[in-house]
Amino acid sequence: MHWRTTQDHWGWLSIIIHWLTALAVFGLFGLGLWMVSLDYYDAWYRKGPALHKSIGIFLFSLTLLRLIWRRIEGKPAPLSSHSARERAIARHVHSLLYLLLIAVMLCGYLISTADGRAIEVFGWFAIPATVYGFDKQEDIAGLIHLWLAVTLISLVALHALAAIKHHVFDKDRTLQRMLGL
Amino acid sequence: MKKTLLTTTLVLAMSVLALPSQAADYDIDIKGAHAFIQFRIKHLGYSWLLGRFNKFSGQFNYDEKNPNAAKIEVNIDTSSIDSNHAERDKHLRSKDFLHVSKYPTASFVSTSFRETGKGKAVLKGKLTLHGVTKAITLDVDHVGHGADPWGGYRRGFAGSTTLILKDFGIKRDLGPASRSVEMFLSIEGVRRK
Repeated sequence: MHWRTTQDHWGWLSIIIHWLTALAVFGLFGLGLWMVSLDYYDAWYRKGPALHKSIGIFLFSLTLLRLIWRRIEGKPAPLSSHSARERAIARHVHSLLYLLLIAVMLCGYLISTADGRAIEVFGWFAIPATVYGFDKQEDIAGLIHLWLAVTLISLVALHALAAIKHHVFDKDRTLQRMLGL
Repeated sequence: MKKTLLTTTLVLAMSVLALPSQAADYDIDIKGAHAFIQFRIKHLGYSWLLGRFNKFSGQFNYDEKNPNAAKIEVNIDTSSIDSNHAERDKHLRSKDFLHVSKYPTASFVSTSFRETGKGKAVLKGKLTLHGVTKAITLDVDHVGHGADPWGGYRRGFAGSTTLILKDFGIKRDLGPASRSVEMFLSIEGVRRK
């Protein structure tokens, strides 16, 4: 197994980034919904959002690096068993996943920085506000953040179902390739 | 001489009667922002959290000869809540608190005004907040009145009251020390011409 991507295989760096992203996306979605339901006196009332924001900033950085890496590395050629239609759908879903991922995180950033406050990342450093002070910015960004997140998770579900379909029904290597097998 | 005095008195009396009523309508000075609706609520019981509503409008009527006939009406844009923290304001506007998408306006309409001397008064009225209408009472200070330097005439009051959040259907628990919120209104009206 190579760390770089080839015609037939995903490099392990790309594979790790993919599964880390999957973990972070599911984690952030669950944490996001859970943290806003907490009681004021809950120990996680402050810790939850702080963790959500910190992980979000890391995922955003990781996604930017990932896009650069993808540009350098390219991706394995589609399996010959995949039809042109399947390839086109996959391409569009992948692009949309990247787009949603970036958009969700940008909106999240616009909520927390709406009044000019910075975002603390694990208390190690802070990301300053850049675009702030718009009327009701936190509400508008919040609404978009939520609905884009729901859309993203729905698309992720489609993405996962498609992978399972390729594995179980088509019995091809689509999922195995992303597992480095 | 007596007759002249009588005539003068009569004429004076008539002119007083003929004068328009002293009751005057005042618009709350929103443009110049000489009016404030602020609140404070205890945080955990350890300190005061202060905030305000930035957008509201209203008018009042006040007659020096018959002050107890005074009336006031104020409408507040609930989404204009400002506690100097965007994330908190977002939460305050949500379903947990003001639910501003459903209840965009809070309004107060007075039902009685009674001066108690030394510039103090008791104002009663109906407050509609979070879709719930309840009678409330405010302690009022008649701060002052008179001509302003720009050709207008102004009159100002300050009022305060305490609201229990649950009374208005706001059930989110912020702890035992934070179940009521103190409201403070400082209102300056400009007399209509």
